[in-house]
Amino acid sequence: MATTTAAEPTRRDFIYIATGAAAAVGGALAAWPFIDQMNPSSAVLALASIEVDIASIQPGQSVTFKWRGHPLFVRRRTPKEIAEANGVALSDLKDPLARNANLAEDAPATDRNRSTKPEWLVLVGVCTHLGCTPTVSTPQVPQGEYGGWLCHCHGSQYDTAGRIRKGPAPENLAVPPYSFLSATRLKVG
Amino acid sequence: MSGPSTYVPKTAFSRWLDARLPIIRFANDTMLTFPTPRNLNFWYAFGAILTVFLGIQIVTGIVLAMHYVPNENLAFDSVESIMRDVNYGWLLRYMHANGASFFFLAVYVHMFRGLYYGSYKAPREVLWILGVVIYVLMMATAFLGYVLVWGQMSFWAATVITNLFSSLDQIVPHVGTAIATWLWGGFAVGDATLNRFFSLHYLLPFAIAAVVGLHIWALHVPGNNNPLGIDVKGPQDTLPFHPYYTAKDAFYVALFVVLYMAVVFYNPDLTGNPDNYIPANPVVTPPDIVPEWYLLPFYAMLRSVPQKLLGVLVLAGAIVTLFFVPWLDTSKVRSCRFRPQMKFFFWFFVVDCILLGYLGSQSVDAAWNLAGIDLPLVWVARFATAYYFGFFWVLLPLVGLFEKPKALPDSIAKSVLGNAQPMPAE
Ligand code: HEM
Ligand code: FES
Repeated sequence: MATTTAAEPTRRDFIYIATGAAAAVGGALAAWPFIDQMNPSSAVLALASIEVDIASIQPGQSVTFKWRGHPLFVRRRTPKEIAEANGVALSDLKDPLARNANLAEDAPATDRNRSTKPEWLVLVGVCTHLGCTPTVSTPQVPQGEYGGWLCHCHGSQYDTAGRIRKGPAPENLAVPPYSFLSATRLKVG
Repeated sequence: MSGPSTYVPKTAFSRWLDARLPIIRFANDTMLTFPTPRNLNFWYAFGAILTVFLGIQIVTGIVLAMHYVPNENLAFDSVESIMRDVNYGWLLRYMHANGASFFFLAVYVHMFRGLYYGSYKAPREVLWILGVVIYVLMMATAFLGYVLVWGQMSFWAATVITNLFSSLDQIVPHVGTAIATWLWGGFAVGDATLNRFFSLHYLLPFAIAAVVGLHIWALHVPGNNNPLGIDVKGPQDTLPFHPYYTAKDAFYVALFVVLYMAVVFYNPDLTGNPDNYIPANPVVTPPDIVPEWYLLPFYAMLRSVPQKLLGVLVLAGAIVTLFFVPWLDTSKVRSCRFRPQMKFFFWFFVVDCILLGYLGSQSVDAAWNLAGIDLPLVWVARFATAYYFGFFWVLLPLVGLFEKPKALPDSIAKSVLGNAQPMPAE
């Protein structure tokens, strides 16, 4: 009404706002189950760790396992490959972080921080660009310029410590949580 | 523009129904007597073609779903069983797979037509925007459908496309990964992903049908644009939709369907990728992954940027740009027939899109050898991407300001009939 002068909130205003707020919160609460059902189910989460036998892997060889639906690279590096990775200055790296789930988040990407035992490089084989599986480089069939891996999808190149050196990928290949159960058995996840 | 309804119910039943649910009146006014510019050409048949293809996709899709199994261990085999065991399964699948291709072919012609004749300009902005919404939904639907086959290309397309979201990690750490995990229902593309993609692939075409309804509603308020781009001034400029355009559209629909069935029967794997006949393998990426042809231009743009987040933003920007077209074009004249400069840039834009499509199909490190000098294709793609954006954000606004358009004809009727008397439209 044009003649109403009350600047004070009325009881009716209060009821409008309270009803609106209750509807908004109720709506959000009701929507959540419909959204959260898409997240990984407990059955998927339960399968999150595996054990692998690495006894037969020869120096210079890289073997692919499957972990959490992803490829898992286990590479037994040669002394030359380790030396190459060690020779890289941190300032030459695109991603300065170790991305090693076994270390602190801010650990630097030195070669030492990329593996538990330098001879064994354990990586999630998922290109950090858009998720393709990179191809391993060997002295016989080199892939890219850095002796590690080349992702054919959009040309990302990784070195012998799995660190991103060139191409669109933003991060080093991830090091999953893992531990040695014995000299030849590895638990991942 | 449609004016007051001219429908007169003739039978007792239709009078009875008309007073309760005027659905015959609605059909009559929108599909039969609807006044349509008398100068619509071949390029205006693609709306009808698109409607037919949406129907074909829904009908073939629903019957395919009777035999398809959305499970990571069974999906690929169920598609093979459709191809080999199900009666006419091969035909239904090839109709569906190639139907998607022809659907996109038609939508691209339809969109370029809109750009050329300025059909996005006032008062048809909402019509254009609804069209872009349909296009985005089509891309989503086709992507989801392609994943269902669960071959190598299916799997890796799903991986790459869902990982586009992980680029958000570079804005807010962990958010992108959380979204990707949510989309997958796991730590990677897998069974959960396949199931939800099937559910959504079934749903989205019906969402498209609903938006098509809005699109046609938004068309029927101002009425069709036309090749001259000038407004309809009176009844002498129009013809009733039926029989004039029902007949013309039906003819071109038939022609297009002949082309489509020729591919279905004689070269059904024409646009398919042989790698998709290899079952999905989550630990081995095929050496060259490429999307279906209709998404290649965007893929080329994505790959031309050597930084993850920027690449994704360019890809998204290329699509989002389309929404702004009605306000980017500053010209007072709609049709490129009367816009000599814009016409040139338009055709260059068409070539640019085709070039981008070609570049998207080539491997990342390919190069053109020009007189002994290697021109890396990523650089070609960078220039082509720059032109794509430049066309919309620079040329459309600027050319409209500086160009001197040719003189517009007085009316559609004059331009079509000269000085002859227009025939009375019945
Ligand atoms: C906008 C309409 C649609 C488009 C653009 C579309 C697109 C596609 C594409 C590109 C494929 C992959 C084809 C191949 O390579 O084999 C596909 C597969 C499939 N679509 Fe659709 N689709 C549409 C509507 C539907 C509908 C309404 C259904 C109903 C459930 C459906 C069910 C299926 C099924 C079961 C498959 C897997 C079997 C196969 O590969 O043929 N589609 N779709
Ligand atoms: S997914 Fe590896 S470079 Fe794009």
